[in-house]
Amino acid sequence: MKRLPEILLAVLVLVMLCAPWLAPNGYEKQSRDFIAVGPTKDFLLGTDALGRDRFARLLFGSRLSLLLAPAAAAVSVFLAAVIGALAAFSGKRLESAIIFFSDVALSLPWLFLLLTIRGAMPLDIRPEVSIVITFLVLGLLGWAGPARIVRAGVRLILKSDYIFQAKAMGIAPSRTFFRYILPNIKPLLIAQFWISLPVFILSEANLGALGLSVSEPMPSWGNLLKELESQTSALEHPLANWQLLAPIVLLVAVVSLLQLSQQRLKGSS
Amino acid sequence: MTPFLLAFFLAASPAELTPGKIQTGGELRFAVPSEPKALHPLQVTDESSELVRYLISGSLVRLNRVTQKIEPELAESWKVTDSGLQITFQLRKGLKFSDGAPFDAADVIFTINKLMDKSLVSPIAESFRPAVGSVITKAIGPNVVSVRFPVYVAGMERLFSGLSILSSRSPLKEAAGLGPFMVAESKAGAHIRLAKNPNYWRKDASGRQMPYLDAIRIEFLKNRDIELLRFQKGEFDFVSNIEPEAYEKLKANPTVTALDLGASLDTQQIWFNQTPAAPIGAHKKEWFTSQSFRLAISETINRKDMARVVYHGYGVPAVGPVSPGNSFWYASKLKPAEFQPQAALARLQKDGFKMFGDQLKDKQGNAVEFTIVTNAGNKVRERLAAMIQADLRQIGIKVTVAAMDFPSLIERIMRTFNYEACLLGLVNLDLDPSSQSNVWLSSGSSHAWNPNQKTPASPWEAEIDKLMRQQGSEVDPNKRKASFDRVQEIAAQQTPIIYLINKHTLVATSPKLKNLKPAILSPHMVWNIEELYFAEGAQRAAK
Repeated sequence: MKRLPEILLAVLVLVMLCAPWLAPNGYEKQSRDFIAVGPTKDFLLGTDALGRDRFARLLFGSRLSLLLAPAAAAVSVFLAAVIGALAAFSGKRLESAIIFFSDVALSLPWLFLLLTIRGAMPLDIRPEVSIVITFLVLGLLGWAGPARIVRAGVRLILKSDYIFQAKAMGIAPSRTFFRYILPNIKPLLIAQFWISLPVFILSEANLGALGLSVSEPMPSWGNLLKELESQTSALEHPLANWQLLAPIVLLVAVVSLLQLSQQRLKGSS
Repeated sequence: MTPFLLAFFLAASPAELTPGKIQTGGELRFAVPSEPKALHPLQVTDESSELVRYLISGSLVRLNRVTQKIEPELAESWKVTDSGLQITFQLRKGLKFSDGAPFDAADVIFTINKLMDKSLVSPIAESFRPAVGSVITKAIGPNVVSVRFPVYVAGMERLFSGLSILSSRSPLKEAAGLGPFMVAESKAGAHIRLAKNPNYWRKDASGRQMPYLDAIRIEFLKNRDIELLRFQKGEFDFVSNIEPEAYEKLKANPTVTALDLGASLDTQQIWFNQTPAAPIGAHKKEWFTSQSFRLAISETINRKDMARVVYHGYGVPAVGPVSPGNSFWYASKLKPAEFQPQAALARLQKDGFKMFGDQLKDKQGNAVEFTIVTNAGNKVRERLAAMIQADLRQIGIKVTVAAMDFPSLIERIMRTFNYEACLLGLVNLDLDPSSQSNVWLSSGSSHAWNPNQKTPASPWEAEIDKLMRQQGSEVDPNKRKASFDRVQEIAAQQTPIIYLINKHTLVATSPKLKNLKPAILSPHMVWNIEELYFAEGAQRAAK
C-alpha cells in the first residue's frame, strides 16, 4: 500500500475525466426553479445560487485543476532545469545575472503580476483559453525557486569524480550534461514537480476566490470556493450547508495526497 | 401597492418600531465598512464621512427620507424668488453651536463664502459653484439671509440640505457643529464615538431636549460576516444594506426585526460601447449603434428571473434611470422590457441576422459574440452576467464575461474605450434628475455609451440634451417632471443603457431600538437620529 496516495490520485483523475457521464446535467445549465437547493437524487451536491448542479461543477472544475496544475508544474520545472543548469554550467557573470533575475522573480508580488497579465489579455478570450493561460502564467512565474535548487544540485554534481573524469576524457559539455548530469538531477526535478503541484493548485484557487481565474460559466476550484465566501455563512451552523465544503475537502485531500506522494518519493530516493 | 408605499408602510407600521414611553440615555452602536476620510463637513468625499457629517452638523433644511420632501431645519422657512435665482431663509433664533457659539446669518454667509473658495476640494462645493458669475449672499437681518445664484439652479432648496453650516466665530472652527451629536473620540482604524450635543436646538413636543441617546459608537468593520454576527449577539443595534440571503436568515430570527424597505434608488445596468474611436471591430460597432439590436438584447434578458434568482425576490425589474423608490421622478407609465426571446430574434432577423445551427450571425456572416466586462469580486454582478450569458445563448448569441479589478475596468470604460459591453451598478444618492445630467447630456463624461461628444451623435441624443436643459432651467416641478419623463421615455425606446434591476433596501434592527423610520435614502436608519431611543431598561451605558 506504499503507492496508495498515487493510486487515490489516479482514481480521482479518472473520476474527473468521466465527468460528462457522471454528471449529465453539465456545469452551466441553470435550473432556475431549483436555486440553492440541498442534495437531491438529481443534484447530488445540490445546486448553486444560479441553479447549476454543484456536483457537475465540482467534477468539471476539478478536472481543470487536476489536469492543468501538472502542466503548469511541468513548464515551471522545465524552465527551472534549463535556467538552473545554465547558471551552474556557465561562467560567473551569467551565473550572477541568473541569480539576480531569480531574486527579482522571487521578490515579485506574484498576485499583482498575475493581475496585470490577466488585465492585459484580450477581453474576448474563451473561458477554456483563459484557464490555460492562467496556469501557463503560473508555470512561467514559478521557475525561480526550483532553478536555484537545480543550480545547487548541478554544482554539487560538477564537483564529483566522474565529472572530472569525463572532463579529463574530453567529453563535450553537452554530452556530459545529458549523459551524466541530467540523470542525476532527475530525482531533484521530480521532487520539484511534486512540490510545485499543490502550489499551483492553491494559486489558482486564490485567483479564483478573487474572481480572477476562469471566467463564467466554467468552474474551477477557485471559483467554487468562492461560494463559501457568503454573508450568510456567519448566520448558520458551519455544517448547515455541508455540500458547500465539498470543493475544499477535495482540495485538501488532493494537496495532502500530493504531499504524501512527494514524501514517499523523497524517502525512496 | 407601489414599492414606495410599501416602504412607507413598513417604515411606519411595525409595532416594535413605534414609540412607547420615550427613554433617554444609552449608546447606539453600529458599523460602517470604512473609516471616515474627512471630518471637515465641507470636505466630505466618502459615505462614512457623509454619515458622520450628517450626525454632527446642521443644515438650513433637511430632506425627510420617508416623505422625500424638504423640511425646515436651521431655517424655519424659505422663499425662492426672482424666477428661481434667489432663495431667502428665515433662520431660527437663539440657536447655539456645540461649543456655545451663537448661530445667525453671519454663519451662513461665512459657510457659503468658504464654499466659494476655489482651493476647497469637495463635491458639495462643486454643486454650489456656478460655471459663470458668482453667488451673492446677503444678511437682510441677523436671522434672515438671502443667497443669489447667477443662473437658475433646479431644486435649489434641496442643495442646502447637504450643506453643513460652520461657525464664523467659534474658536473650534469646523469642529463646532449644530447637529445632534459631536465628536467625542476618534480612534484610527477602530471606531469613532459621538456624544450628545448639549446645545442641540431641537426639543420634542413635550419640550424635552433632543437627542434622546447619549452617544453613538460607529465601528469601522469591513467584514460584513462579522458585522452580522455581532449584530446577532446584540453588540450592534442595526445593520443596513443587507444581502438578500442574509436578510432571509435574519427574518427567521425572532430576536431581530428585519425590514424590506422596497426598491432602492440603485440600479444595475449594461450598456454597449458606441464610442466611434473604440478599438473594436466595425461590425460590432454597427450592432451596438443599432436600436433594434439593443432592444433585442434587452428583450432577451429575463429580469423577473434575475429578481427572483439573484435577489431572492428582493428586487424589481428596472424600467430606466429612475427607480420606483423615487416617488416623484419615477415615470410610472413606463414598463420594464418584457422577456420575449422569440420576438427579439424576429427583430434581429428583420435586420438581416440569421441563425446557423445554434449560432446567430449578422448579414456579413460574423458570429454574434461579445464580451461583457464587469468588476471582479462582486457576487451579484457575476451572477447577473452569468444569467445574461445563459439568456442570450437562447437566441444564438455567445457572451464572454470578463471580470477584472476595478481600476482596470475604469481605465477601459473611461479612457481607452477598449471594451464591448459593460455591466455595472449605479448608486444614486440624489432624487433630483439634475444629478444625472452628466449621464444624459451627450457632452457628459459619464454619458457611458459614448461620452464627451462635441455635438450629439444622434437626433435622439440631441433631443435628450434639449430636454435635460429644459428640466434644469424650469422652475415649475411639474413641467420639469414632464421633460424628464420624456427623457426616460426616449431612454426606454433607444435603450442606450439596458437597465436590469432595482434592488430592495434591506435592513435589520434590534427591537429594543425605538422610533426608527427606516428609509431607502441614506442614511437609511439614522436620518431621524434625534428621535431614536432605547426601550426601557435596554439602554447600553456609554463607555
